[in-house]
Amino acid sequence: MSGKTLYDKIWEAHLVQRREDGTSLIYIDRHLIHEVTSPQAFEGLRLAGRKPWRADANYATPDHNIPTTRDERAQGLEGIKDPVSKIQVSTLDDNCREFNIFELGMNDLRQGIVHVVGPEQGITLPGMTIVCGDSHTSTHGALGALAHGIGTSEVEHVLATQCLMQKKMKNMLVRVDGQLRTGVTAKDIVLAIIGRIGTAGGTGYTIEFGGEAIRNLSVEGRMTVCNMAIEAGARAGLVAVDQTTLDYIEGRPFAPKGAMWDEAAAAWSQLVSDEDAQWDAVVELDAADIEPQVTWGTSPEMVASVNGTIPDPSQEKDETKRQNIEQALKYMGLQGGTAIRDIKLDCVFIGSCTNSRIEDLREAAKVVAGKRKADSVELALVVPGSGLVKQQAEAEGLDKIFEAAGLEWREPGCSMCLAMNADQLGAGKHCASTSNRNFEGRQGFGGRTHLVSPAMAAAAAVHGHFVDVRDLG
Amino acid sequence: MKKFNQETGIVLPLDRANVDTDFIIPKQFLKSIKRSGFGVNLFDEHRYLDKGEPDADNSKRPLNPDFVLNQPRYAGASVLLARDNFGCGSSREHAPWALDDYGFRAILAPSYADIFFNNCFKNGLLPIVLPRDVIDALFDEVEANPGYSLTIDLPAQEIRKPDGTVLNFEVDSFRKQCLVEGLDDIGITLQDSDKIREFESQWRTTAPWYFTTP
Repeated sequence: MSGKTLYDKIWEAHLVQRREDGTSLIYIDRHLIHEVTSPQAFEGLRLAGRKPWRADANYATPDHNIPTTRDERAQGLEGIKDPVSKIQVSTLDDNCREFNIFELGMNDLRQGIVHVVGPEQGITLPGMTIVCGDSHTSTHGALGALAHGIGTSEVEHVLATQCLMQKKMKNMLVRVDGQLRTGVTAKDIVLAIIGRIGTAGGTGYTIEFGGEAIRNLSVEGRMTVCNMAIEAGARAGLVAVDQTTLDYIEGRPFAPKGAMWDEAAAAWSQLVSDEDAQWDAVVELDAADIEPQVTWGTSPEMVASVNGTIPDPSQEKDETKRQNIEQALKYMGLQGGTAIRDIKLDCVFIGSCTNSRIEDLREAAKVVAGKRKADSVELALVVPGSGLVKQQAEAEGLDKIFEAAGLEWREPGCSMCLAMNADQLGAGKHCASTSNRNFEGRQGFGGRTHLVSPAMAAAAAVHGHFVDVRDLG
Repeated sequence: MKKFNQETGIVLPLDRANVDTDFIIPKQFLKSIKRSGFGVNLFDEHRYLDKGEPDADNSKRPLNPDFVLNQPRYAGASVLLARDNFGCGSSREHAPWALDDYGFRAILAPSYADIFFNNCFKNGLLPIVLPRDVIDALFDEVEANPGYSLTIDLPAQEIRKPDGTVLNFEVDSFRKQCLVEGLDDIGITLQDSDKIREFESQWRTTAPWYFTTP
């Protein structure tokens, strides 16, 4: 019998029932909840007279709508100026109270972006199944957990039954061999992968990321990679458990302690794909070939090296692709053939569930330390992923470095990644962003997003256009 | 859940690949705590010329005459013809809610993003996968024939064209049954409550570290 992938193993361990046509009932260990995709699910429970199957499997925190300025935050709920947003946040509080669900409220020090908070608190553990009404739930796969986004109907389904009905996905291995060059980061790896396989390349698959370059990443770097598995079409991304994983988890508030830790750690050490595992698809990249990446279009697959140029649509033979490039360039206000370095920036956003952890902020701070943002950059925001990330950054003096460079230091939340709160990119403005989506209007109506690593975003803030962070010395 | 058996309707062509869920329904409308009323903001950033807000009177907003949804020949359409990777991006179920609320009952495309595809079935909306060349041909036929409509017969897994020809399509048998009978997923799963409890008690013994309480 052939070996199993890590995905096969976690799937089988959680299989409650399998129907003849393959539709399966899968047990869910953790359900993470935020304010945007949950109110209709709680309302559904109420209307049907149902209760959560296991309230203690649920953890909630508001993140999408909440303001990020210190003054607004200090006022609590009253600081949310938009009445519709305010109702959504207070509805989460009410629902958690009514259904006895653990919530880190908006001004709890531990509050933050749900995908930053889960791993940080040890709520995310290897070998778990984790879901959340948010596509970036794939982030948690960095710890060897099977984690993916779901819609609101499934949020209600998990609340009511602790299970999901689904069919098994196929297995894809993305192996990044060799070593990254200095200045090239996890963000560049995942953008290069998406550039290679396309935004639908992983549709129907769970992607396991492996190879020397992935093994050498910190858990935070692995989170950046898994976070964007969904931008390659894969609902779930995974990285096998190793000592790096265990070292990250040990001692976190909700992680097991004492004898239970030893037992759990021993079990989690087995969470790797077998040598002879069967893969439905394998993609190989050489880490040494990866350069800092910048997206130029309106899909994460529209990406180039910082030293490259924007493709010229007239050179594209495939009509659909040509049309896509033309549509994207029209929206972005850019010309084919332009050097990536010549793209000028009006705004910089450092934050989001992709890149708002302490290592990301350290990388960005290193680049801006002792420098000033370019005058042409109107707005530069640094938004930590959680209250604890913020506290740590301040203990290291990073906030002062950012502020001295003219960047704004904010309170934790999703912020301008999707601009549901007041942090919005203006129409026609170009933004170097460490977030995950460059879709039309994503960061604000008419806004133009360029996805990059934290170091690249920081360098763009200083220079007002893209520069190769490796040239800065 | 709303049942789906047979639907005959005008086909609206959205000639664009990788239509993401931000395109289908922009984020500002996700602040609602309701499940309905999203139809007027479907494709908001392309349908209107100004920026939409949740409390705006949409009847007073300037329409984009070039956008397909505003062209009179497609008024009342209930079948959406789309390109590859339709519904990529965010998991927001507001996307199928908006399509449903506008009046769409079925989508035809060469491929879909996984989460969106799954969300459609939970809302009585039928996403059908057809080969790329068939989709290409449909775009041509829709363009050439004003009022072009199709009949989608889910029990027979058939799409009937105006000229009488028939296209067959595949659909997962369990999902088909749920749509045809309008079954409630949660109700079905709760019929297996004993199995879930049995699994849970075994799992609690095998992996007690997942059952610590906050």
